[in-house]
Amino acid sequence: MPSLKEYRNRIASVKSTRKITSAMKMVAASKLKKAQEQAEASQPYARAMAAMMTRVASGVSIGPGSSKLLIGTGRDDVHLLLVVTSDRGLCGGFNANLIRAARNEARRLMKDGKTVKFVCAGRKARDVLRREFDDSILHSFVGLGGAKGRIGFADADQVAQFILERFDVGAFDVCTMFYNQLVSVLTQKPTAQRLIPFAVSASEKAQEQDNDAGADKKPSLFYSFEPGEDEILNQLLPRNVGVQVFCALLDSAAGEQAARMTAMDNATRNAGDMINKLSIRYNRARQAYITKELIEIISGAEAV
Amino acid sequence: MIDSNAQTFNFELVSPERKLMSGPVKMAVIPGEEGDFGVLPNHSALVSPIRPGVILVFSEGDEKPQRIFIGGGFADVTPTHTTVLAEEAVNVNDLNRADLEATIRNLTEDLGMTSDEAEKVHAGRRLATAKAKLEAVMGQHSAQY
Repeated sequence: MPSLKEYRNRIASVKSTRKITSAMKMVAASKLKKAQEQAEASQPYARAMAAMMTRVASGVSIGPGSSKLLIGTGRDDVHLLLVVTSDRGLCGGFNANLIRAARNEARRLMKDGKTVKFVCAGRKARDVLRREFDDSILHSFVGLGGAKGRIGFADADQVAQFILERFDVGAFDVCTMFYNQLVSVLTQKPTAQRLIPFAVSASEKAQEQDNDAGADKKPSLFYSFEPGEDEILNQLLPRNVGVQVFCALLDSAAGEQAARMTAMDNATRNAGDMINKLSIRYNRARQAYITKELIEIISGAEAV
Repeated sequence: MIDSNAQTFNFELVSPERKLMSGPVKMAVIPGEEGDFGVLPNHSALVSPIRPGVILVFSEGDEKPQRIFIGGGFADVTPTHTTVLAEEAVNVNDLNRADLEATIRNLTEDLGMTSDEAEKVHAGRRLATAKAKLEAVMGQHSAQY
């Protein structure tokens, strides 16, 4: 049985752990609020972009001359997975779940005889994927958003530019992005989203939501395009990749804080339980010690 | 319903990071890639890319237009609604001429020194934006005097 002193030390150490976790929870809660605001603020742009994409794409006749970002390279051999995670841990299963989803997809593709390459956004993705797929990681972006963790469009643009450059030189055929979608503060859903070639259906969905929201956009309006649909589309497509990456980064940043808040809340509660349990044991041990001393005194007195 | 007598239309300016402007305006002049165009209420539906330049926004009741610098983007025009998607947007009054001239000098030097093709394209783009900004500031001064 541990001595009284050992119990006291353990209780003290769990108490200081609880202080740390509850402070982290509070910090995460305030960061979450900011991150959520930022994610919401980016919505109007993303929606307008999606609406415009659909409008332009519907007016374009798809032919062999169309942009490769829209129709693909015609092959399906090399897949690029963009994995968006956080830089820091201590946020429950947030990163682990996402990386598992990405890894399963990678294994499935490899089994089908495809080549898989990775681009990591976030230190956690890099550290974990490096163990298994070290050779196929093209690049890792770590520390996006700077020391303050405030993600700007420039960060997303940097990632998007890298991917587009690789696409231009034919390094891959299909690009899929894995990120944690923020469903609510309690749930973040690992989501796979195809970036290249452009998935029209995704943008149509956004358009429908837009219409549901009561926007007065009539699809029947006759649009004129200057200079032409194809030219506009060719400019829109790369931009759209950046916007999608940006939204994913923001969602992931908000999700990270939400996950950390939940994880730290659990940790704080567990620490409280642990302290109670240890205190009971400590009291019991102390009582046993006192009883033992009493018995020794009494039996000593009786012997005299 | 489209009101043919409408005096204003809804103008929205959004950047990826936030919504910068939203409200009824009388007219907006947008620097399209194919040339500047003005938008009045009931403009026919149009989609056009924007080159780096200045957007003039005439709000109701204002004598002088608001001048906003846009670092390129897209305009989505309908009879009742105009949305401008901008990569970068700053009020022209917030731009500083001396700073811009220094930036242009630095970028020109960078451009001369670098041999990396990708870097060149990048610096060239930034230089074009900085030059457009400077032009916007100069334009404002000449309009004042």
